[in-house]
Amino acid sequence: MSKIATRKSFGKALEELGDKYPEVVCLDADLSKSTQSQLFAKKYPDRFFEMGIQEANMIGCATGMAFAGKIPFICSFSAFLTGRYDQIRISVGYADANVKLIGTHSGVGIGEDGYSQMGLEDLALMRTLPNMVVLQPADDKETREMIEWAINHKGPVYFRLTRHGLKEMNMDKFEKPGIYPQLKEGEKIAFLASGGLLEYAFDAAKNLQNSGKINPAVYNANCANPLDNAFMSMLAENYQEFVVFEDHTVTGGIGSAISEWMSEFAVTPKRVRRYGVMNVYGESGTPEDLYKKHGFTTEAICEYAQKNLI
Amino acid sequence: MDKKIFERWAKETPKIRENIIKMIHQCQSGHPGGSLSAVEIIYSLFAKDGIMNHDPAKFDTIKERDRFILSKGHGIPALYATLHAVGYDISEKELMTLRHVDSRLQGHPDRVRLPFVEASTGSLGQGASIAQGLAMAYKLDKINNHIYCVIGDGEMQEGQIWEVALSAPHQKLNNLTVILDYNKGQIDGMTNDILKIDPPEEKWKAFGWHVQVVDGHIYEEIVNALKNTHPDKPSMIVAHTIKGKGISFMEEDTVKWHGVGPTDDELKIALDDIRNNNTIGL
Repeated sequence: MSKIATRKSFGKALEELGDKYPEVVCLDADLSKSTQSQLFAKKYPDRFFEMGIQEANMIGCATGMAFAGKIPFICSFSAFLTGRYDQIRISVGYADANVKLIGTHSGVGIGEDGYSQMGLEDLALMRTLPNMVVLQPADDKETREMIEWAINHKGPVYFRLTRHGLKEMNMDKFEKPGIYPQLKEGEKIAFLASGGLLEYAFDAAKNLQNSGKINPAVYNANCANPLDNAFMSMLAENYQEFVVFEDHTVTGGIGSAISEWMSEFAVTPKRVRRYGVMNVYGESGTPEDLYKKHGFTTEAICEYAQKNLI
Repeated sequence: MDKKIFERWAKETPKIRENIIKMIHQCQSGHPGGSLSAVEIIYSLFAKDGIMNHDPAKFDTIKERDRFILSKGHGIPALYATLHAVGYDISEKELMTLRHVDSRLQGHPDRVRLPFVEASTGSLGQGASIAQGLAMAYKLDKINNHIYCVIGDGEMQEGQIWEVALSAPHQKLNNLTVILDYNKGQIDGMTNDILKIDPPEEKWKAFGWHVQVVDGHIYEEIVNALKNTHPDKPSMIVAHTIKGKGISFMEEDTVKWHGVGPTDDELKIALDDIRNNNTIGL
């Protein structure tokens, strides 16, 4: 089955949902071909605003539009959007503006453009804002589900989307943030993986199970904020150890969020290992080469498990 | 507009100045200079018979109301005192909770606690973009209202202001008026010494705005400029003002009075100055 980039899934979802939700408007800062907001722009030219290369102003304008009753989606690369942290913090977050932020081109998976274009710290920035729902869908269906959920959710939502195609993982239901869908049952160890890494963590868990030594469960860690206390408690009760996989710096990402929860709130504190971009800047390369370099492959994950978990 | 209206406003504004100075005195912090410089600008918009279409009793139920965004959020005592004066649900007692814990009256505007302020500002430059966005949304819906935004002269040094300067004329937002409270001072010194913004009118004109220059302490000039909008350009009103306007010792040392509260003795002098002068605005 062909892989679909979640930016494309977003573009199609917004294009399809535009009729059903006439309050939705979309703003982009000269990246509509990359973010795929061009699909909405073509179908609803009056409700699409090409802002030029002005991310800060785009965030403020979307806030104003939200205050007038619109549901604005603002689109750029996750690095450029969350780089305007102060505008997101005050205009959107603090004011509880009903703005949906679409950050595409997240992770080292963007490839050749290199570090300046990679969103590697976006989760860390966004999840510090108490009311910001921070979502990272793992496949096409989940992206579409989440986009419609966000339209109906009153308040700011941040989406972390990919440039590169993601394998269909059959994530066809999204009910609420903080409940991670389970892909595979297991014992003692749980793999919590987000976005582009879910496929590899899932395959690695199956290989490890077949090897007969460990049998990790796998969950789709699709949300960095908020975490759901009941769901986290369930994880803490059922597993001894966790590994969190993400194409994001390990500092401040979903792994950090889960570590914080497990060390503070679990009845018996649980070990959480973070598996991601290990506190280094990104670089140019093909997505495949960069995924290999950072250990984002089934083989590398199996090797890591042999070394650390068995 | 009848000159008698301006005379009435001039008699009403000393009470606003009095509340501003009392509010800042009781918490011993805040920004008197840039609050007092904006009094006539803000009152021209909110006063009974003023420019804005709004109803304090039906706030939030009228979608088409005119909107006011105070982008220079530190001038908020002037807005709180004005909202109180024109009948919004803020009592004089509540005014004196400015900057206290749990107060709706935060040191800078917070629309979640106090929806009347319309936007949360205080990080300079951002309110202007929010005003632009409101203008974009209403233009899209073909609603015939107007968005007003006050920015500071120090704020003109922020990059985001120039994003708005470039963007709003491009979108032909004739329903947007930005007023520059040009009081010539900022925290570290005189604005044109810190980072020159002169001549602001030529800069905004070059960016495609309908620019007018007024004395920001003369109601007639402010009102005429506010009424004189352009069919397809956003408006910029450069309002020359005086930091600390109406209080002798503040007008004499404007930079000092950017962001400190007056002592008990200074409060007495300030209140005397305010009560002895009901011609500001004329």
